[in-house]
Amino acid sequence: MNSLAIKMGWVATAVLGAIALGIVALSRGETISAIWLVIAAVCIYFLAFRFYGLFIASKVMQVDAARATPAIRYNDGLDYVPTNRYVLFGHHFAAIAGAGPLVGPVLAAQMGYLPGTLWILAGVVFAGAVQDSMVLFLSTRRDGRSLGDIIRAEMGPVAGAIALVGVLLIMIIILAVLALVVVKALTASPWGTFTVFMTIPIAILMGIYCRFIRPGRIAEMSVIGFVLLMAVLMYGQTVSQSPLLAPLFTFNGEQLALILIGYGFVASVLPVWLLLAPRDYLSTFLKVGTIIALAIGILFVMPDLKMPAVTKFIDGTGPVFSGNLFPFLFITIACGSVSGFHALISSGTTPKMIENENQIALIGYGGMLMESFVAIMALVAASVIEPGVYFAMNSPAGVIGADAANAAAVISSWGFIVTPDLLTQTAKDVGELSILSRAGGAPTLAVGMAEIFSNVIGGKLLMGFWYHFAILFEALFILTAVDAGTRACRFMVQDMIGAVIPSFRATQSWANNLIATAITVTMWGYILYTGVVDPLGGINTLWPLFGISNQMLAGVALILCTVVLFKMKRQRYAWVTIIPAAWLLICTTTAGLQKVFSGDPAIGFLAHAGKFGAALADGKILAPAKSIEQMQRVVLNDYVDATLALLFVLVVVAMLVYGLLAIRKSLTTGRPTAIELGGSGQVRHA
Amino acid sequence: MPDLSLLLRRLKQTSLLMVGVPDYDTYVAHRRANHPGQPVMSYPEFFRERQNSRYGGGDGKISRCC
Repeated sequence: MNSLAIKMGWVATAVLGAIALGIVALSRGETISAIWLVIAAVCIYFLAFRFYGLFIASKVMQVDAARATPAIRYNDGLDYVPTNRYVLFGHHFAAIAGAGPLVGPVLAAQMGYLPGTLWILAGVVFAGAVQDSMVLFLSTRRDGRSLGDIIRAEMGPVAGAIALVGVLLIMIIILAVLALVVVKALTASPWGTFTVFMTIPIAILMGIYCRFIRPGRIAEMSVIGFVLLMAVLMYGQTVSQSPLLAPLFTFNGEQLALILIGYGFVASVLPVWLLLAPRDYLSTFLKVGTIIALAIGILFVMPDLKMPAVTKFIDGTGPVFSGNLFPFLFITIACGSVSGFHALISSGTTPKMIENENQIALIGYGGMLMESFVAIMALVAASVIEPGVYFAMNSPAGVIGADAANAAAVISSWGFIVTPDLLTQTAKDVGELSILSRAGGAPTLAVGMAEIFSNVIGGKLLMGFWYHFAILFEALFILTAVDAGTRACRFMVQDMIGAVIPSFRATQSWANNLIATAITVTMWGYILYTGVVDPLGGINTLWPLFGISNQMLAGVALILCTVVLFKMKRQRYAWVTIIPAAWLLICTTTAGLQKVFSGDPAIGFLAHAGKFGAALADGKILAPAKSIEQMQRVVLNDYVDATLALLFVLVVVAMLVYGLLAIRKSLTTGRPTAIELGGSGQVRHA
Repeated sequence: MPDLSLLLRRLKQTSLLMVGVPDYDTYVAHRRANHPGQPVMSYPEFFRERQNSRYGGGDGKISRCC
C-alpha cells in the first residue's frame, strides 16, 4: 500500500482519538454517549501498539526474527508447538482475561467514569502492556521458564524465594476476594444460587461424556453443557418464585462462605476430568462469548453514560472504597491497567508456543490492550445505570441501611437523587428481592449488562434473565478460578514445605494432597470469612489488599525487566520499565502504609483496631458488631489484614533492594551478563 | 476473497487452544516427520495427556489469570 495513505491513516486515527478523548474528558453537566469512550480507547490502543509497542519490540528488546524460539527448538507437538500468531493471541487473551478487569473498574466508578478511564488507558499503555510483553520476551529467551525461575537466575536465590512467597500471598488474596464476589452476588438470591449450584452436576455430566462416552469431543460437550445451562437459568426463575423450592436455595453470606470453602476443598482434590476441566471449557467459551457480545451490545445500543465524569468522591469519602484518588484509584483498578498476575501467564504456556520473536509485540502488548478494552466495557456497564442505583448496590449496609427508603434518602443526600420506588423496581425487574449493598462488581455489572442486552433482545421482560446470565457467567469462571487456584496453591505449599520435609513434595501422595489442600483452603477461607462478616461489607476492606498485592507483583516483574535490561547493556532504554516500576512502587507502598498506619479508622487497619479495641476496653459494642465476641473478631481481623499489607510492602522493598544490587553488579562489567538460552540457533527436537 | 475454510480451521484451533488442547493434526504430522516408526497417541490418548498436563500442576503451573 501507498506509504502516504498509511501515514494519513495514522494521522486520522490520532485526530479521531483526540476528538473522542476531548469529548469524554471535557464534557461537564451534559450526558455523553458511551460510544465516545469506546472510540477514544480504541484509537489510543492502535496508536500505542503501532508507536510504542513496536518501538519496545524493535529497540528495547531488539527481537531477532532469525533466532529460533523454544517452540521451534523443542517442538514436541504438545507443550512446545509453533503456533499461528492469531491462534496464540486468542489463547493468551483467554488466559489473561478473567474477573479482575470486570470488578475493579466497577468499584472505581464511584469517582466518576473519567478518573478510571484515564488510568486504564495510561496504565495499560505505559505499564501493563509493557510488563506483559517484556516478561513474554524474557521467558521466550529462556526456554519458556517461569517468572520465579527467571528471578532466581537473574537476581539470585533469595530474591527468587521472596518472589515465590509474594506469589503465594497474592494467590491466597485473589482466591478469597473472588470467592467473596460470588458470595455477595448469591446472598439471598435463590435464582442465582440455584443456577450456580446446578453448574456442578452439569459439569460432572459433561466430564463423564468427554471422558467415556465421546472422548475428547469438546465441541459436542460444550454445546450440551451450554444448552443445559440455559435451561437451568430459565428454570431458576420458577425456583425463585416457588415457596417450596426458593428457601432451599436462599442462603446468607456466612452459609455461602462455608459452602464455598467446602466446595473449594472437595473440587480441588477430585480428578481434573470430572469437574474442573469441563467447567473450565464451559466458562472459557462463555467468558469469551459474553465479552464479544458485550462489545457488540455497546456498539449497537450506544447507551448514555449516566454517571457524572467526576463525582465528589474523589476526595476519598466514597462509600464503595475508602481513601483518596491517589493512591487508591490506582490500587482499585489493577487488571485492565496493569496486572502483576499476567507476569505468571506471560512466563507460562504462551512463550512455549510463540513461532517467532517478532510476534511478541502482537501477543504480549496487543493481548493486554485487549484486556484493557474489557475493563473499559466494564466501566461503561457500571456508568450506564442510574448513579443512585449504582451507589445503592455498592455501598455497605453499615452506611445506607437495609431498606430501600433509608438507602434512597442517604444516597439522595449525597446528590444522587433516587427514589425508593426506583430501587425496589430495579430489584423487581431483575428478579431479586433487593439490590442493596451487593458490592463486588458482579451484580452491578450484571444490571449494566442486563440494561444493555435487554435493549437488544427482550426488553424489560428479559431483564431478569440477562441479570442472572451475567451473574452466572461471572460465578462460573470465578468458581473455576477458585478450583484451579486452590490446586496451584496446593502445589506451591507442597513445594515450600518440601524444602524442609522433602517427602512432602510427592504430589501423588493422597495424604500430602489432602494436607496441602487443607492448608490452602484454610488460608483463603479464613480471609473470605473475615470478609463476609466484615462490618464494611468485605469488598471495601479486601479489594484494596488484592489491588496492592497484584500491583506489587507487577512492580516485582518490572524490576526484573529493568535488571535484565541493564544486564543486557541496554540501560539507555531502561526508562521503559523504570517509569512504570517506580509508579507502581510509589502506589503500592503509599497505599500499603496508609492501609496499615492511617489514623482514619475507615482506611487504616490499626486505627480501626484501635477504635474497636478502645470500645472493647470500655465494654461498649460498636455497630455493626453485635457482641463482645464479634468485637474481638473485628480487632483480630484488622491485625491480620495489617500484617498482610505490611508483608506486601516488605516484599516490594526487598525486591527493590535486590534489583538495585543486581544492577550495580552488572555495571561493574563491560559485557552483557543476562543469562539467555539457545542463542546459537541449534534445533533440538524432542 | 479470504479463504473461508482456513478461517474456520483457525477458529477451531483457537477455541481448542484456549482450553489447553493444541492442534492434533499438527502433533501427528510432527511425530510422523521427526519420530518415524515411533508410536503416535490416538486422539483420546492425546486429549487425556493434554488435560492432565493443563491441570495436573506441579512446578507452580498457573494456566490462567483470575
